[in-house]
Amino acid sequence: MTPKSTIRAQAETLFAAFRAEGAVPVDADILLPAETLLDLYGEDIRARAYVTNDPLRGEMMLRPDFTVPVVQAHMAHGADPARYCYMGEVFRKQDHLGPRASEYLQVGFEVFDRASPEQADAQVFALFARLLSDLNLRPATGDIGILMAAVRGLSTSDRRKAALLRHIWRPIRFRALLDRFAGRAPMPEARTKLLERLAQDTPEALMTAAGTFTGLRAPEEITARAAALIEDAATAPIAAPEAALLYDLLSLEAPAQAALTHLRGITPLLPAIAPAVDRFATRLEALKANGIDTTTLPFQASHGRTSLEYYDGFVFSFHASDPALPPVASGGRYDALTAVLGQGRSIPAVGGVIRPGLVAALKGA
Amino acid sequence: MLKIGVPSKGRLQELTFQWFGAQGVTMRQTGNDREYSGAVDGIDGVELVLLSAGEIPRELSAGRIHLGVTGTDLIRDKLADWDRQVTSLAPLGFGHADLIIAVPSVWIDVDTVDDLDAAASAFRAAHGFRLRIATKYHRLVRDFLTAQGVADYQLVDSQGATEGTIRNLTAEAVADITSSGETLRANHLKILSDALILQSQAELFLSHQADWDAAARATLTGLLTRLSLPEPAL
Repeated sequence: MTPKSTIRAQAETLFAAFRAEGAVPVDADILLPAETLLDLYGEDIRARAYVTNDPLRGEMMLRPDFTVPVVQAHMAHGADPARYCYMGEVFRKQDHLGPRASEYLQVGFEVFDRASPEQADAQVFALFARLLSDLNLRPATGDIGILMAAVRGLSTSDRRKAALLRHIWRPIRFRALLDRFAGRAPMPEARTKLLERLAQDTPEALMTAAGTFTGLRAPEEITARAAALIEDAATAPIAAPEAALLYDLLSLEAPAQAALTHLRGITPLLPAIAPAVDRFATRLEALKANGIDTTTLPFQASHGRTSLEYYDGFVFSFHASDPALPPVASGGRYDALTAVLGQGRSIPAVGGVIRPGLVAALKGA
Repeated sequence: MLKIGVPSKGRLQELTFQWFGAQGVTMRQTGNDREYSGAVDGIDGVELVLLSAGEIPRELSAGRIHLGVTGTDLIRDKLADWDRQVTSLAPLGFGHADLIIAVPSVWIDVDTVDDLDAAASAFRAAHGFRLRIATKYHRLVRDFLTAQGVADYQLVDSQGATEGTIRNLTAEAVADITSSGETLRANHLKILSDALILQSQAELFLSHQADWDAAARATLTGLLTRLSLPEPAL
C-alpha cells in the first residue's frame, strides 16, 4: 500500500500543474444533496454512493465525484470562460470483495469555454497525457457525439430516435431497441397480442376488461402509450443499409486517424453525421498540434458508454497495463450536463480527473 | 460446538425440523413454545440457535453461526459477494418463492421489462419524478434492472404489505416474492412476463467466516454424513 502522505504529495503535484494552466481552485462540499445526483444518474448511483440521512436536509450523499458540484458552482457564479481545478476525496461503495478503494483522492481539471470546443478537448487530453507521460499508460478515446448524430440522422420516427438517445449510455437496452427497430428481433408475443386486441377494441375497453383500476399512472397515460404502440407498429423497420451502418459504427475500433478515414467513407451514406465527423477531424488536428500522434491514438466509437456517465462528445481515459486496475485518469465533454444543472443556461464543458493514488502506486512499482 | 441457525418460528421452522428429522437429526424447541431455545438430538456437538430468518444471512456473514437455514432471496439480497461468504450445502425443497416485478393489471400496455422502461420514461415526463417500485429486495432488484438497462425508476422501501403500496399511491409497481400470485391478483396486479429476478427456496448454508476448528470440522463431517451431503472445501 502506498502511504497516504505519498499519495497526497502526488495529488499536490498534479494540482499545482493544473493551477499552472490557469485553473481556479474549487472547494466542493463532501456532503451533497442526494436528489440532484439521483435525478441525474438514476437509481444506479445508490449502488455506488454512500447515502446518509440529515435530519433537516434529508437524504445526502458522500461526494461520488466532483463534476456535479463544480458545474453547479460554475453555473451559479462562474466567469465565462473559466478553468477550474480541484483536489479531494471521493467515495464509492464497492460491492465486491477486493482491492478497489472505497475512498480515494481525485485531482481534476475542467474547462468551460464556448470559443472552440475541439481545441479545449485537445488541450485537456494533451495536458493529461503530458502529466502522465512517464507512466507508460495506454490511452483510450471515443466520441459519443458521433453516435448521437448517427441516431438523430436515422430515417425513422422521432419516437424511436428519442428512445435510442435516451439509452445511448446503456448499451444493452440500446442494442435491444435497435434490434427491434431494425427488424432483427421479433416483436414480443404479448405486444403482438395486444396490438391484435387494440385493432378490435379501444384501449379504454381493454382496461375495463383487465380489472379494477389502481395506482397513480392515469388511464390517459395508458391510452397514450397504447396509441404510441399502434403508431410504432405501423413504422417501417430502419432500412437495412442504414441499420448496418449504425451496427458498424457501434463496433468501430481503430487508430484515430484510420477511424476518421472510415467515418469519412460512411458519411455519404449517413449524411447526418457529417458535422460530428468534421468536429472529430478538427479535434484530431488540434491533438496533432498539441503533440499527440493521432496515427497510433486508439479510438473506439463506443468508448465511454456505461451508466453513471454523462459525456456527450469527446471521451478519454488512461489505463495501466494491469487490467484489474481502474483507469488512472478519465474525462470527457459534457455539454448537456451543464444544461441540466444550469436551469436553462448551458456552456460547453470538458474536463477530467486523475487518481493520484494510482499514479503514486505505479511510480513506486 | 457447531452452531446451526434455524428460523425461530412458524412454517419455515416446522419444515426445517421435518427436513432434518427425516435424516435422523432431531431438532426441537425447548422450554415452552415461545421461548427461543432449542436442542438437537441424535448427534453430539451441535447447538441450535433460533433466529429470525432475516437475520440468518448476517449471522452467517459474521461467522457467529457455522451453518444456517434461510432463503436464497435473503442471502443474495443481504450479502455482497454472497458466494464468497457462504456456500450452499443443499436446497431444502420448501419455502419456494419467486422474486418478480408486478404492475397494475389495467396497464394493458405493459407486459415486459422493456414496456416498464418505456412507461417509466413517460411517467417521469408526466409526473416530474421517477416511477416508484416498492420492494424490500433492494440489491437484487436494482442489479436486475441495471443489467437490463432500465432507467427513470426509483426503488422505495417496503418491508411488508408491499402490494398495498400501489393502491396507497406510494408506488407504481412492486418487486416482491410470490408463490401462488394470489395476493397480487387480489390487489389487481399482474406479473411482468420476463422479470423473474430470482427463484428462491430454503437452503442450508455454510459460513466461511465461522471458526472451523478441529472439533467443528469433525462435527460437520459427522453431520454431513448423516445428511448424505458431500463435504465442501473449507
